[in-house]
Amino acid sequence: MKKQLKVEAIENGTVIDHISPGQGIKILRFFELAKGPQRLTIGLNLPTSSGDFKDLIKIEHTVFDQNQANQLALFAPKATINVIENFEVVDKFKVAIPESISGVLTCPNSNCISHNEPVDSLFNIKQERVGVKLKCHYCEKSFISGVFREFH
Amino acid sequence: MSNPLYNKHIISISDLSRSELELIVSTAKTLKKTPHPDLLKNRVIASCFFEASTRTRLSFETAVHRLGGSIIGFPDSGNTSLGKKGETLADSVKVISSYCDAFFMRHNQEGAARLASEFSSVPVINGGDGSNQHPTQTLLDLFSIYETQGTLDKLQVAFVGDLKYGRTVHSLTQALSLFDCEFHFISPSALSMPDYIIDDLNAKGCKFTLHDTLDGVIDNLDILYMTRVQKERFDETEYQHLKSSFILSAKMLEGVKDNFKVLHPLPRVDEITTDVDHTPYAYYFQQAENGVYARQALLALVLTNEYGDE
Repeated sequence: MKKQLKVEAIENGTVIDHISPGQGIKILRFFELAKGPQRLTIGLNLPTSSGDFKDLIKIEHTVFDQNQANQLALFAPKATINVIENFEVVDKFKVAIPESISGVLTCPNSNCISHNEPVDSLFNIKQERVGVKLKCHYCEKSFISGVFREFH
Repeated sequence: MSNPLYNKHIISISDLSRSELELIVSTAKTLKKTPHPDLLKNRVIASCFFEASTRTRLSFETAVHRLGGSIIGFPDSGNTSLGKKGETLADSVKVISSYCDAFFMRHNQEGAARLASEFSSVPVINGGDGSNQHPTQTLLDLFSIYETQGTLDKLQVAFVGDLKYGRTVHSLTQALSLFDCEFHFISPSALSMPDYIIDDLNAKGCKFTLHDTLDGVIDNLDILYMTRVQKERFDETEYQHLKSSFILSAKMLEGVKDNFKVLHPLPRVDEITTDVDHTPYAYYFQQAENGVYARQALLALVLTNEYGDE
């Protein structure tokens, strides 16, 4: 008998699909999606048609703006965002790595001046051979996303 | 025509283009040859050393005096509002910049000069921010290389010692990579050049080689840039072994090229034996003196348009 995953459809909101396995929980935590009153469904390690696995998040009454979608790309560069209205997909787009990210991450360099001064953190993002690198605007040090505590 | 550095902050060597580096070097050459004692007359420059320094502070302050400017400031943060009362650097900078026409600063935290430039109403010159940048050291290094070689292009340059933590070697490598130089990095494996510098050189198509001893490298060089291997990073036995591989003595210089020069950012401990000082290849004390001219050049370019058309 064919096994089929049953996930309840949502009337209005967002479906984030094609999240790399293991990243779904981190995305919930980073965007604080589980803190609000909206209904939320998360699927972890779901099989895909190509034989791989993925995570998936459905969240009602929430729409990701472009800025949030780009931040999402730091966790899940292959994710797609489906905007749902009246049970229909009215918009669907892929996320893109942003050029910079401001005010969200804390510099992993404990001696960076940004920690104790009245400024927002700012990282310029570069896609390098080894993956995405975030370079602090202040201390000029570059980091892979895995070293930021916000991504854990 | 305004020079491209007029009224600009000097924070990181990576902010400067090849032509801007050349302008600073040529201005340093001009000011070394022809003093300009009234250039900064009636200008007030703040010398803010939130972290103490010897050569950088004294050469900056000498540069201001030689150009006829006045100095306010402090040699360490011990008696400042920031050090004693917990004022933010941002507030300190807002106030200090309202008193002066420019200020140079050193701070023990990375990014301090960049942050200062965002709160200052006058140009900020970075005299060192933690382990990050020390652009004026790189500028005096470039001036010393130009002065001894007559060019910055296509030179054979070796760096020796602690290449992992030495900010001077990182910045100078980045600057010389704009001039098609070939690099030779000589260090113990634990202190080798960081990946981000190597990646940068590869991306620019620069040629470089890696070595774990000075032997066999010296004779083809134009510039040998020595740095200190810090004793505290190794146990005593390991240090004694490593030390012998990275010490330069006069007898190692018998086959070098005529134009060959040894540079060192100082202070030296024992990585260059004193017999090298008496050879025609030692240039580290002239290099330290060139700090005054390189910093004069920066002040001249940032605060005036006198040298813009050269």
